[in-house]
Amino acid sequence: MYSEKVMDHFTNPRNVGELPDANAVGRVGNPVCGDIMQIYLKIENDVVVDAKFKTFGCGAAIATSSMATELVKGKTVEEALKLSNKAVTEALDGLPPVKMHCSVLAEEGIKSAIADYYKRQGIDPEPIVGCIGDCDHCCHH
Amino acid sequence: MEKRFVYADNAGTTAVSRTALDAMLPYFSENFGNPSGVYSVGRASRRALEEAREKIAGTVGASAGEIFFTGSGSEADNWAIRGVAEMLAEKKGRHIITSAVEHHAVFNTLEWLEKRFGFEITTLPVDSDGLISLEDLKNAIRDDTVLVTIMAANNEIGTIMPVREIGAICREKGVLFHTDAVQAVGHIPIDVEAMNVDMLSMAAHKFRGPKGVGALYVRKGIRLPSLIHGGGQEKGKRAGTENVAGIIGMAAALEEAVANMDENMARVSAMRDRLIDGLTKIPYSSLTGHRTNRLPGTASFVFECIEGESMILTLDNAGICASSGSACSSGSLDPSHVLMAIGLSHATAHGSVRLTINECSTDEDIDYILEVLPKTVEKLRSMSPLWEDRLNGKF
Ligand SMILES: Cc1ncc(COP(=O)(O)O)c(C=O)c1O
Repeated sequence: MYSEKVMDHFTNPRNVGELPDANAVGRVGNPVCGDIMQIYLKIENDVVVDAKFKTFGCGAAIATSSMATELVKGKTVEEALKLSNKAVTEALDGLPPVKMHCSVLAEEGIKSAIADYYKRQGIDPEPIVGCIGDCDHCCHH
Repeated sequence: MEKRFVYADNAGTTAVSRTALDAMLPYFSENFGNPSGVYSVGRASRRALEEAREKIAGTVGASAGEIFFTGSGSEADNWAIRGVAEMLAEKKGRHIITSAVEHHAVFNTLEWLEKRFGFEITTLPVDSDGLISLEDLKNAIRDDTVLVTIMAANNEIGTIMPVREIGAICREKGVLFHTDAVQAVGHIPIDVEAMNVDMLSMAAHKFRGPKGVGALYVRKGIRLPSLIHGGGQEKGKRAGTENVAGIIGMAAALEEAVANMDENMARVSAMRDRLIDGLTKIPYSSLTGHRTNRLPGTASFVFECIEGESMILTLDNAGICASSGSACSSGSLDPSHVLMAIGLSHATAHGSVRLTINECSTDEDIDYILEVLPKTVEKLRSMSPLWEDRLNGKF
């Protein structure tokens, strides 16, 4: 049911771990739903120079975390904010319908980290990033 | 340790035994006759079919006339429940009692009766081991109760229900008792007489027979309505030319399983206990289901801070086939109702892993699982933000 790409990113996830000098950290999801993503970004001069993640979740949750962190590396913050769940899904050659929420979570994870980045600078992230976090991605299907 | 293939999902399905396969093979293109045919090849099929019925009946203490073949365990469950509903709704009532840990074949059939036909379903809770209380059962039976349907052994956690005692209560109160024994038959002793069972479901593929064939035992005297209308097969109750080869394979597999039951139970449960003892040593892990009163081959666990499907996929990469009741592996969004019913939190239930072995399993298989699985847990925990929280004492 998973594409080869998903299995590859699940079996050999890219960017797993923590980033000690991250200046943008976001956590989304909830243990009740069975998936939590923690995203660490290092942003320098408005560019994401490094990205890592830790994820509790199913195969798709781990693969989308891996892919999302790959996709934002080297991007400007503005570009990273535009990362859509669709882009993550496409880069993985698709996801089974019941797993689409994992790609939404990955998108939200990146946004949540960037929101943290703004907060750390005393900037209100809401107008820039929008609603993230408790959008109950999974339990309300 | 060298990578090997270890099949540990025998509660999902089993490999057909050599004995069953050999018994079946002649019934595809040599002895292919329709059992309803009056000519010799037809009569030969009929004889083999009736012999199979007799053998199967013998293994559960029934007589041949009480065994009806079906296309699956699910079909047997559906037939028993829908049949009793149809038979007794007008005459006696619309109340059915069940347990909170039934298979979906029972669960969804009851839900359908509730929604479509106004049945009232009492779902008995289970304790943390997965057992119902007999007191609860006694108290739940009413004048309009037409059926008690409680499984013999649970497919996810392996707990064996007190079938004999349930049967005795139902008999005393004059209520029909159906048991879904799909996981039990061929693995633990079953006797419909001693256990006061009125109807019992089984499926061949759980005891090394072929897929797509099952049976329903219906106690003599119960006039269960027809399931499939048509020809006269199965006394006109389940029309359709019989799955002759499948039925013969089922009988051969069951006969073998029952003949070797004592030996298999001892050997398989010893391997199961090695799994349980070894894997519950992993920190923040626990066994699900009753510690001793469980199916010989079922070792089921929850590992905190990891998710079951990613465990299954990682184990698969290492050659181990296992299963999980987590939401993500069931294709739904909630963890299994069984794990919820035994009182696990959602978060914990997501980390469920079920290993089900049988007589084909070897000590080397167990060694391999004991080697690989703890590492798999460790690997996934190392990338789980929940594990970090756990270690930091956040919950
Ligand atoms: C307890 C129980 N009941 C019913 C079934 C359904 O059997 P089948 O797959 O033959 O329809 C199963 C199989 O998973 C089971 O474990």
